Amino acid sequence: MSVGQIPGTGRFARGIHPDDKKSISAAVGVEVLPTPESILIPMVQHIGAPCAPAVKPRVEVRLGDVIGDAEAFVSAPVHATVDGTTAAATMTTLPNGRHVAAVPIKPAEQQSVGTEGLWEAVYGGDWPTSGLEGRAPEEIVQAVRAGGLVGMGGAAFPTHVKLTRNEKRPVDTLLINGCECEPYLTSDYRLMLEAPAPIVTGALLAASAAGAERIIIGIEDNKPDAVESMRRAAAPAGVEVAAVETRYPMGGERQLVLAVLGREVPTGGLPLDVGVVVVNVATSAAIARAVLRGKPLTHRIVSVTGEGVAAPKNLLVPIGASYADLIAACGGLTESAGRVIAGGPMMGFALANLNVPVTKGTSGVVVLTAEQVRRAEETACIRCGRCVDACPLGLVPTKMALASRHKDWETARRYHVTACCECGCCAYVCPAKIPLVQLMRMGKAMLPKP
Amino acid sequence: MAEAKTEKDAAPILPVAPGPHIEAARTTRAVMLDVLIALAPAIGMGLYVFRGYAAMQIGVCVVSCVAFETIWQAARGRRQTVGDLSAAVTGLILALSIPWTAPWYVGVIGSGVAILVAKMFFGGLGSNIFNPAMAGRAFLQACFAGEMTTYVLAGQGLPSQGPPGAVQAAVKAGAEVITQATPLAAGKFEQAAFALRHLAVGNVNGSIGETSAIACLLGGLYLIVRRSASWRVPVGMLAAAGVVAAIHQLADPDAALKVGHHLLGGAMLFGAFFIATDPATSPISNRGLWIYAVGIGVLVMLIRLFANVPEGVMYAVLVMNMTVPLIDRLTVPRPVGGPAPEAKPA
Repeated sequence: MSVGQIPGTGRFARGIHPDDKKSISAAVGVEVLPTPESILIPMVQHIGAPCAPAVKPRVEVRLGDVIGDAEAFVSAPVHATVDGTTAAATMTTLPNGRHVAAVPIKPAEQQSVGTEGLWEAVYGGDWPTSGLEGRAPEEIVQAVRAGGLVGMGGAAFPTHVKLTRNEKRPVDTLLINGCECEPYLTSDYRLMLEAPAPIVTGALLAASAAGAERIIIGIEDNKPDAVESMRRAAAPAGVEVAAVETRYPMGGERQLVLAVLGREVPTGGLPLDVGVVVVNVATSAAIARAVLRGKPLTHRIVSVTGEGVAAPKNLLVPIGASYADLIAACGGLTESAGRVIAGGPMMGFALANLNVPVTKGTSGVVVLTAEQVRRAEETACIRCGRCVDACPLGLVPTKMALASRHKDWETARRYHVTACCECGCCAYVCPAKIPLVQLMRMGKAMLPKP
Repeated sequence: MAEAKTEKDAAPILPVAPGPHIEAARTTRAVMLDVLIALAPAIGMGLYVFRGYAAMQIGVCVVSCVAFETIWQAARGRRQTVGDLSAAVTGLILALSIPWTAPWYVGVIGSGVAILVAKMFFGGLGSNIFNPAMAGRAFLQACFAGEMTTYVLAGQGLPSQGPPGAVQAAVKAGAEVITQATPLAAGKFEQAAFALRHLAVGNVNGSIGETSAIACLLGGLYLIVRRSASWRVPVGMLAAAGVVAAIHQLADPDAALKVGHHLLGGAMLFGAFFIATDPATSPISNRGLWIYAVGIGVLVMLIRLFANVPEGVMYAVLVMNMTVPLIDRLTVPRPVGGPAPEAKPA
């Protein structure tokens, strides 16, 4: 299906177009990470209420057992991602700086699903594209919650909440997000090439749960082979595939909804407000696995890439493996490595310590060299306007950021500081190297209640 | 980076910083350098028409501006900022907007006002309200009216080399000078019009940088292509000025200066590409830039047509500079998705 058949134009205004650097890891087929020596399952891997541990220490658990759960609606359970023995709960610091409780698991010598069979167990087998209508939406939503599914594109919002129907806000379209607009990352790309079938099955189930009549998979046009792969898998199911313009941040749901459907998600609102639900491709595959096979989210593909890692790879890893394990499996850091980033280079968080666990929302680890990372010396803002020309939401970053720095809340509010999605386009283009995103983050956090 | 190994027991020490972690390569210095490069054709033409005198004036102004900023930063105990080239750019624009005959102390005093009063007193680069070069020039126009309106072409009996003040000395000694009115003054006070091709090429009298329309256009296009100046400003300013000039031409067909003279003559093009585009003193939103540019274009023409002076770019820019904070406040762009729920209306 060509772009001409979607309601939107396939593009959005402004944004940036950095070198995508996908060639570093794009051609590497997914490899299974050897079972690590230790696993640490954080109790918070999502937006919402933290889980409380559901097992005692020194208990034997199996792959898929519930390790933590929460009563709140906006939350998702966490599961054991290996067979092994639990230990006493400790604390860990997630890349975004949050200190959370975590349950360590010592993997058993013998795993029920070894590394050789893991890919097949997770993504292999038959993924039907018909005969799925019979399931009630509540059944699908329950299975998604029980599976601990959260948005795997990075936002980690509990998926069952997204798919729960709301009569006041009906859904007509499901968008499957295969854009992966961050430079360097290729985990969604490899999934679309190597396991397109569960993505389509999951999309059909998600649409059935949410009540969407139309399903469109959006993929940036710098991945023509992934577009082709998804078209072939989606055709028998009546699912459409749209190749959209490659522009950062096309993978942001506001930009994707605008580009594919021509609808503006209201500031402070959700795609639900314009009748749309957006789900990442990896989450979609996990939906299929949870609903049809009753298997929780325990593994994901993580791209370990960048000029600072010796042998970049796309790895299928158990959640809870440490960043150190992943980097070791890729030959370790090079001499020139200067920063390790959890996530992509635009919105990811720099890691001070590699002994922290990978979570459900970790799509990549990017290691940059010291010469590549963004300069620290800041100079005065000359009001050149490059940030205004780059902001995909049409905001004025320099005004919001400098007002936040000087605690001028009236100006920060006048320029809609709470609308900022922290995509980083502004800071990327700023010639004065002002830390715009950091200042706006600070402003949003410190903004007094009106 | 210390200890770049990944043994889990000896955790490596990795420096962290907030994202984004990659950047486009432009720096402020590169933007200023672009302006200097874009001014090269105008400088070249100025040197051709006014010869060594132009080089003297440029040298005096650039050195003074850089010196004043250096002294100020040192006196305030701050790190030096002249490396970002903005002082040099101010000096160059000031020099190009005054006649070469102005004595050395005029250039120095103008530079002092431009850098110290209009820029540093307000907080340095980016914090100033008024275009520093124009503020300096306005001060000079008020205090040194005679020196600032002596437009002379080097000719017989004039010293062919020497500092700018030498001309006044030569005049006092009775040497002959060829004074020639600038094209705009000729049009206003003598109803004489120069051929447009002279205005385009630039072998006419005027301030050092303003004489050649082609030189200004070339430099201006370079700036726009490099995205070191907003295209909205010259387009808006020239369109608005053109409209007012066209109305005047229709209303008074016998006037010496036609639309072409107004657009190509005087500091119109120099102002459109190099003065009005100063980012620190122009609005931040695109809609604001249009309002600002149209305002300058209209004001320039109103001053040229109805005031007692033949050129209006300097005053038009300074007046519109004053309105920029208000323009910014009134032109906050609408975010995609509408205003933030708690945003107060402007």
